[in-house]
Amino acid sequence: MNPLSFHAPVLLIAIPLLGAFAVPLIGRLGAHLRRIFTGLIALLTTACAGLVAATVFSAGTPITYVLGGRLTLPSGMNFPIRIILEVDGMSTFMVILTALILVTAVFYSFSYWRRRSGGTMYDSLLFLLGAGIFGMELTGDMFNFFVFLEITSIAACGLIGFRVWQGRSQEAAFKTMALYTLSGLFVLLAIGLLYGKYDGLNIAYLAAHIGSGLVDRIALGLLLVALAMKAGVVPMHMWAPDAYGEAPAPISAVLVANSQASLYGLFRVLFTLYGLAISVTTLGWIMIVLALLTIFIGVTMALIQSDIKRLIAYGAVSQIGYMLLGVGVGLATSAGQPDYGLVAMQGGIFHMINDAACVGLLFLAAGVIIRAAGTRNLNMMGGLAHDMRWTAMFFMIGALALAGIPPFNGFASKLMIYESTFRYSPILAVIAILGSILLLAVFLKVFQAAFLGPRTISPIERPSRLMLASMGVLALVVIAFGLFPGFFVHTIVGPAAKALWLGRDAYIGAVMGG
Amino acid sequence: MNTIDTGYGIWNSIVWTLLFLGILSIGFWIRSLGRKDYKAGTGQTKVFLSGNEEPDPKGLHVRGDHLYWGMIAGFSGYYERIRRWHTGILSDYAAWFIGILSIIFIILGLIR
Repeated sequence: MNPLSFHAPVLLIAIPLLGAFAVPLIGRLGAHLRRIFTGLIALLTTACAGLVAATVFSAGTPITYVLGGRLTLPSGMNFPIRIILEVDGMSTFMVILTALILVTAVFYSFSYWRRRSGGTMYDSLLFLLGAGIFGMELTGDMFNFFVFLEITSIAACGLIGFRVWQGRSQEAAFKTMALYTLSGLFVLLAIGLLYGKYDGLNIAYLAAHIGSGLVDRIALGLLLVALAMKAGVVPMHMWAPDAYGEAPAPISAVLVANSQASLYGLFRVLFTLYGLAISVTTLGWIMIVLALLTIFIGVTMALIQSDIKRLIAYGAVSQIGYMLLGVGVGLATSAGQPDYGLVAMQGGIFHMINDAACVGLLFLAAGVIIRAAGTRNLNMMGGLAHDMRWTAMFFMIGALALAGIPPFNGFASKLMIYESTFRYSPILAVIAILGSILLLAVFLKVFQAAFLGPRTISPIERPSRLMLASMGVLALVVIAFGLFPGFFVHTIVGPAAKALWLGRDAYIGAVMGG
Repeated sequence: MNTIDTGYGIWNSIVWTLLFLGILSIGFWIRSLGRKDYKAGTGQTKVFLSGNEEPDPKGLHVRGDHLYWGMIAGFSGYYERIRRWHTGILSDYAAWFIGILSIIFIILGLIR
């Protein structure tokens, strides 16, 4: 393995972290130079994500990276104490998702934040958030997972409340910070309990020894609820519309990737850390019930919103339900491992990247709409398609994809979820399809209210080419993933699903040997 | 490359797209068979509203909240309840969190 590929996992955290701390220094040399540096860091981070993906997919097994000195892994190490990054198919999938959203958000922000003050701090916090998300996805250590979780919480709340002149932003940031802190404390308590029982923090080590005693169950409950809350699962979702709605538009897109990193943490805990230690059927059904609540309440709340960003935020909440549903059915069937269980897992995981691209695109388009209309209230908009055809087209692509209309990407992942969950229990598929129909109605309302009808307002501010290009990239991803789903399921989704469903022994073996 | 296993069958996006484009083309072909001898800009192409004058289109645009008012009014009982849950008060958010944690603890305590 060449040195660059070998060090790629740690570089993926180090480069955005370096960017976060160097941006304030570079910013002193001028805004233009800062933007060049920021773009360079974003592209380097994306290249590193590509390198990690190429390395892991070509190896076919989880790769490990030890910080603080070389240890003989996987064999010859019985008690791992060093900081370890462990990257398998699922981590790699998440890395690709995060890099895609981060790079588009950075380039969109160039224009979006150009005339506003505080661009240096904005870029710094954005890279800090990116570094935290990558850290959560790559770490093989529970305590480091908590540290990265806290980094994402601090950076995310800083960005949600970044527009200090808006009282609503401050309120949303405060509420999110309070709940993120509560969630972080419960995660820390769970990790403390596991450390007290097993004298270890390494995920592979803990997974190899985990049992089903009282302490294990308390730790599982704490981790499950805390990570579900950070992912925006109903009924612990109430911070999400506040945070997504009040954050600057590109930050709302990155917050979706942040929520999905918490969902990844939840899946890692359930599949890799606990495996079959505690009844997977019960745990799977807990996820399925939460998923159905999330789909239905998320989408019905979206229907009555008149604030475009809160509406998209509730739509984003409902989509978390589809991911939970697919993976929940996968978990519930993981003991027997029927073929449709793996398809359900693939559908749920595939929907994560599809949702990130669609919701990301919708939030970026909402940023343009709000700037053009000078309001977030859908009742005050109309006829924007006359002057903003590209934005209207991008919004339509994102909305149709999220509602699961073919041939866009959301349809492919949702079809996998519908048909595989139908084989497990038909009522699950019925509720999931009903949720999609309602979501189509939700976005029909937005499109009709904002873009259609006579020209009632003339745009105050039009999108720059860079903003259109950023939306264009996400729109292309939406179309490409929809037209060639087989390719993406085979290359990135399949290995991710297998890593969770079948790869527990390989994950443990990469660190513990044997 | 464009076919996936859906757990119950398969999905091929290219076949669907070609079929969709084919049907769309047939639709446009049928449209092209229509009469072309109308006079644009005359009464033949004006909107006909039972003989009434066409109102100013700016006043006709259905605003966001009006699109589904009937449906939302029909489900008012459901909406009153879930709106009550979304208080916007931080301590209520935390209460939901603690409530769900309690339920999960009970379930995890009961299962083997």
